[in-house]
Amino acid sequence: MTDAQETIRRLVTENPVVLFMKGTAEQPMCGFSNQVVRILDHMGVEFQDVNVLADDDIRNGVKEFANWPTIPQLYVKGEFVGGCDIVREMFQTGELKTLFEENGVTLAA
Amino acid sequence: MAMTAAALEELLRAAFGDADIEIHDLAGDGDHYRAVIRSAAFAGKSRVAQHQMVYAALQGRMGGELHALALDTGPK
Repeated sequence: MTDAQETIRRLVTENPVVLFMKGTAEQPMCGFSNQVVRILDHMGVEFQDVNVLADDDIRNGVKEFANWPTIPQLYVKGEFVGGCDIVREMFQTGELKTLFEENGVTLAA
Repeated sequence: MAMTAAALEELLRAAFGDADIEIHDLAGDGDHYRAVIRSAAFAGKSRVAQHQMVYAALQGRMGGELHALALDTGPK
């Protein structure tokens, strides 16, 4: 396992909710990343943001990690949940809320 | 970098022969598409698995030639 893969594995296992994104939660640099941040903020979920623009090894490594070619990528308890389309769809159907609740992730309100 | 809607549809057709496919060019710039794909191949697969199948059909172009492809996939 390369260093980047090990770093990613550690990030997603040590933090309950991790979002690999372009930019930061405070300042997203891409519309798709921004959409996921807004959904998580709306639900009141605390998450660890990882700015892939700040680290090329992570940016490329995370695509390999989940066999998923695009950013953003959301992980809950070490499991890859999806990119922007899937997160949005799961939010709309209520599945995302269920997923967080089943994993003991605290939601505000 | 950009890709025509026809080229995109051709790749998807090649991988999902039975599929109903709609391609929408969202921004008119050949770089932001939305694809609606209904194929029997998606039956019983998770959303992540369905999208991974589409990305595999695009043979590495996603994230490169193709910047943005919103996906709406499901079984026929």
